Amino acid sequence: MYWDEKNECMPREDLGQLQLERLQSTLYRVATHVPFYRQKFKELKVDPDGFRSLSELTSLPFTTKQDLRDNYPYGLFAVPLRDVVRVHSSSGTTGQATVVGYTQNDLKTWANLIARILTATGVTNDDVVQIAFGYGLFTGGFGMHYGAERVGASVIPISSGNTKRQIQIMQDFRTTALICTPSYALVLADAMQELGINTSSLSLKYGLFGGEPWSEAMRQEIQNKLGIIATDNYGLSEIMGPGVAGECRECSGLHLAEDHFLFEVINPETLDPVRPGEIGELVITTLTKEAFPVIRYRTRDLTRIIEEPCPCGRTLRRMQRVLGRTDDMLIVKGVNVYPSQIEHILFEIEGTRPHYQIVVEREGRLDKITVLVEVVESIFFDEMKKQREIIETIKRQLASELGIGVEVKLVEEKTLERSDGKAKRVVDKRKL
Amino acid sequence: MLRIKNLEAGYGKLRVLKRISLHVNPGEIVTLIGANGAGKTTLLSTITGLVRATAGEIVLKGQNIETLKAEKIVFRGCSLVPEGRQVFATMSVRENLVLGSYVQHRQGKEQLREGIEYIYDLFPVLRERKAQLAGTLSGGEQQMLAMGRALMAKPALIMLDEPSTGLAPLVVKNIFRIIERLREEGNTVLLIEQNAKAALKVADRGYVLETGKIILEGQADELLANRDVQRAYLGRDVKEN
Repeated sequence: MYWDEKNECMPREDLGQLQLERLQSTLYRVATHVPFYRQKFKELKVDPDGFRSLSELTSLPFTTKQDLRDNYPYGLFAVPLRDVVRVHSSSGTTGQATVVGYTQNDLKTWANLIARILTATGVTNDDVVQIAFGYGLFTGGFGMHYGAERVGASVIPISSGNTKRQIQIMQDFRTTALICTPSYALVLADAMQELGINTSSLSLKYGLFGGEPWSEAMRQEIQNKLGIIATDNYGLSEIMGPGVAGECRECSGLHLAEDHFLFEVINPETLDPVRPGEIGELVITTLTKEAFPVIRYRTRDLTRIIEEPCPCGRTLRRMQRVLGRTDDMLIVKGVNVYPSQIEHILFEIEGTRPHYQIVVEREGRLDKITVLVEVVESIFFDEMKKQREIIETIKRQLASELGIGVEVKLVEEKTLERSDGKAKRVVDKRKL
Repeated sequence: MLRIKNLEAGYGKLRVLKRISLHVNPGEIVTLIGANGAGKTTLLSTITGLVRATAGEIVLKGQNIETLKAEKIVFRGCSLVPEGRQVFATMSVRENLVLGSYVQHRQGKEQLREGIEYIYDLFPVLRERKAQLAGTLSGGEQQMLAMGRALMAKPALIMLDEPSTGLAPLVVKNIFRIIERLREEGNTVLLIEQNAKAALKVADRGYVLETGKIILEGQADELLANRDVQRAYLGRDVKEN
């Protein structure tokens, strides 16, 4: 089943032509409308009009998360703000956030790309789709929402949280497709077990999961516990949001929306392209985005591109599920967390030492993040009240900075593990 | 059907087409919009071989044609309806149509008659005027004759250069209806128009040409919704500044 057979099953040669045409006009557009790229092209002596073949892609500059931050909020928009009809922001923090915009056409493209992955899983206009992604600045909720409407499904925009209500609605509204993070799917499954609900009594058939890395074992567990077909999908707000890639029913790799994006895999050290099929960092160039075109965006996600054609008939290549990150970013409860953010806050608080450790665990189904902080000796031994105050301050500030709850523990000076004089900042105990 | 990659062309030292890449799929109407002097007509002249490409490639039905002579390209199935009609004014309507079938000259009389009948069905007014000299036809009728003449070659790709120029609004409407009809009959059309709105309404896809470069490609409805296109080509009132 295809949503857009013409484009999903296009002969590779035609796709190459389309990509070249679209890349050429994208380069013209960013060189004309985005000072950042004009400058970069000048520095690298790239002539955007001279670009003649997709193989010249490596001559173009990269775009990084930092570039997006430096141009906060609207610096990288290629259209005037009056043409922008929607703004989303990545889960960042004050001063660190990144902002992306969409024109009317961008939203339409987005909805169609989501419709593709929904259709690839099997969702049709007969389905009742429960979207348990957060609605708001996060691209997950709204992105999926408009795509599900595009398919013609009955959409329940329940947003995230309130597990009991999710289950109640899932039963009462006879939800057939669930959209959320894979870990939340397991939370729901466990809660149902506790409540004594037989999952086979549900109408649930499909689950589309994304927003965080997960494993094949987790897929099996979700499929068994909820009795559904679970597919993986991939996206990032800097590029568009969900819909950048998604699995078909073969469940062996995510089809890349190559007619709207160009995908490369590079060695994150040398920045050279890896050999076909090798693992490296995914780099994406948008081909049709109007408001927020991005050239060679370094996703920091590690994956590989599967060159072999898929039995489903789509000619769009696939990428393997994301294997990890090239930077120290943590994804906790679907929220991006950088150790540097935590560090920044700790520095501001009196009595703490610049040594800390972030421990991420999975308690039951949910991620739990604990920050171990070294404090000066005097505080640690003497003042219980002072200790509690410090813990509360850190907790409060971290919660408002990160947007998720964090446990804080104070430890004595020099008790945290150091290797080669450098502290081990992050301990990820989750088994993904 | 047609695939153009990095095409460059010009007149003498003047580079008109700077780097054109575009394609037309079978059964599609693709429109190319752009202001005066953007290079629209030069592009059509280059595809038909009247202007030589200085770089890049033009592939028609899987074969490179950029080095072929104009008359050979017509035989490969690519017909042009030139701007300003350019019918043979001192010949009758029927004679114009017969001339159009030149590339099909090996066909028998029966096929020729059928071909002409098909054109008369498509443009009933031409049947009424079949014996009349082409120069005495109205502008709209001449346009229909020019299109009919091109269709007589049974082209794989028909290219229309500004078919609405200088015609009354009602006639323009009629011409666009015929273009839609062409697609229904399975023809592949590359349409060049200054009347961007009308062109995008009938087309499947479109390209925006500006100073010899393609600056935008997209589904016709997306281009219609694109604010830049609206401001530059659709005469949208930009009061909001």
